[in-house]
Amino acid sequence: MIVEATRLRKSFGATEVLTGVDLQVPEGSVLALLGPNGAGKTTIVRILTTLTRPDAGQATIAGYDVLREPAQVRGVISLTGQYAAVDENQTGRENLVMVGRLMHLGRPAARRRTAELLEQFGLTDAMDRRVKTYSGGMRRRLDLAMSLIAQPRVIFLDEPTTGLDPASRSTMWDAIGELVRDGTTILLTTQYLEEADRLADQIVLLDKGGIVATGTADALKAQIGGERIELRFADEMQLLKATGVLDGIADELVLNIPSDGTAAHLHHVLDVLRDNGLQPERVSSHRPTLDDVFLALTASDRS
Amino acid sequence: MSHQGASAGLSDAVTMIDRSVRLMRRNVDTLFVSILLPMLMMALFVYVFGGAINTGTEYINYVVPGILLLTTGYGASNTAMAVADDMNSGMIDRLRSLPIRSFAVLTGHVTASVARNAVSTAIVILASLAMGFRPAAGPADWLAAIGLLLLYVLALSWLAAGLGVIAKSVESASTLSFFMLFLPYLSSAFVQPETMPSWLRPVSEHQPITPVIETVRSFLIGTPMGNNGWIALAWCTGLLLFSVTLATSLYRRRTSH
Repeated sequence: MIVEATRLRKSFGATEVLTGVDLQVPEGSVLALLGPNGAGKTTIVRILTTLTRPDAGQATIAGYDVLREPAQVRGVISLTGQYAAVDENQTGRENLVMVGRLMHLGRPAARRRTAELLEQFGLTDAMDRRVKTYSGGMRRRLDLAMSLIAQPRVIFLDEPTTGLDPASRSTMWDAIGELVRDGTTILLTTQYLEEADRLADQIVLLDKGGIVATGTADALKAQIGGERIELRFADEMQLLKATGVLDGIADELVLNIPSDGTAAHLHHVLDVLRDNGLQPERVSSHRPTLDDVFLALTASDRS
Repeated sequence: MSHQGASAGLSDAVTMIDRSVRLMRRNVDTLFVSILLPMLMMALFVYVFGGAINTGTEYINYVVPGILLLTTGYGASNTAMAVADDMNSGMIDRLRSLPIRSFAVLTGHVTASVARNAVSTAIVILASLAMGFRPAAGPADWLAAIGLLLLYVLALSWLAAGLGVIAKSVESASTLSFFMLFLPYLSSAFVQPETMPSWLRPVSEHQPITPVIETVRSFLIGTPMGNNGWIALAWCTGLLLFSVTLATSLYRRRTSH
């Protein structure tokens, strides 16, 4: 495990933000910390990147202890925070060379790596413009490029696409996907289920400072059951009659029927409807989304 | 510290100085104002108030050392703002997650501050000569005066860096450093303390700026030195040690939670 954390706890004043979190990330994989604001995602990232001390628990990155060997940890990681950490009054190129120098690359190597990254992130045309003239998407790409300059073994991305328009988000996803292909380990936080679904090998669902569930996107979806068939009726009368003959949960004018996703089951449902003279306005089949998973798993503490 | 550690630390400091100087050069408004404002003040005191103030010498000869200290105060408040900008943006997290010594970040800002102040001070001196400032100083006197001013600027820049570290925003950094602009008015910069009311005189005579001004004055226009040289040196050295300790410990505190 290249990232390993055991029973991390942290409070700010009387507020407990982490209640004992365990994490294991195998080398070369992508782990997504998924949860709403205030779930503790950023605090975990800050502890693992040596920026915040945990109150209890321990963590190692590539075998280095984050509390006892912070300098070694900083040598193998990089962090891209929620707000693009770039100097507005330096050009893209100057920002990159600066970070390369601070990573002790040496001037020629820093320049060479800068040129490669500008190319990779499509910033070559803008490299000599000051960053304050960049769009939000360009800033995030530059920010990510700055994180990659010394080819870190573990990359932390704290909400890498928050606030980006869909086109910039998709460019960012492609850039992250490329890193994954190169075998870099990535730990990212996100509020977007779609993002975790698309990028992560393993998802850790967080709520109120604790882990609610862990697994692949598919495993999490399976945890709350498989597919469902959704029937929408024109009026209450029909809905009522349908609930009498089919097992399901009614919600407004919609009846949700658990399904195994086979054609045979769909046939059966349609046969029952025909035999009872029922005509739904609309029939659709749904795979559960991570939204469903999240709501289902956190619903008990909310109600 | 190993030899390699020391050279890496030096190279980090150089990179951060390079950054701060570049950012400062591009902040044209601030640079312009930090040079223009002291010149306007000098013109104001020499041409408007000066005629009414009797100091026993040509007023411009009296006031130039004071203007020089006022310039550095303004320069230092810009440093507080630059540090606050880093501390309150994502930049500080990026810098801290890099394998560099925390000291390098503040060193960059302080060095840029000293450089900017040296330039603006030189320009103010040239302007004052053009406006009729006639110092009676030899090369050694000039060197001594410049040396003391640099020491003062260095100490004040570290103090400003410390204020920048604790400020919650760029605006509050500018407010916190306001007293650096105000203190020269309560010194012997513009009028002799003897002319102030009796309750204000001790404040004026025993604050750090007065001995520094009196020492520079003594070097440049030959007024009696008295103990001022040693007092000024003690103030500046003490302030420097205090400010470096304060700024670095505040920095460590603010960045480890």
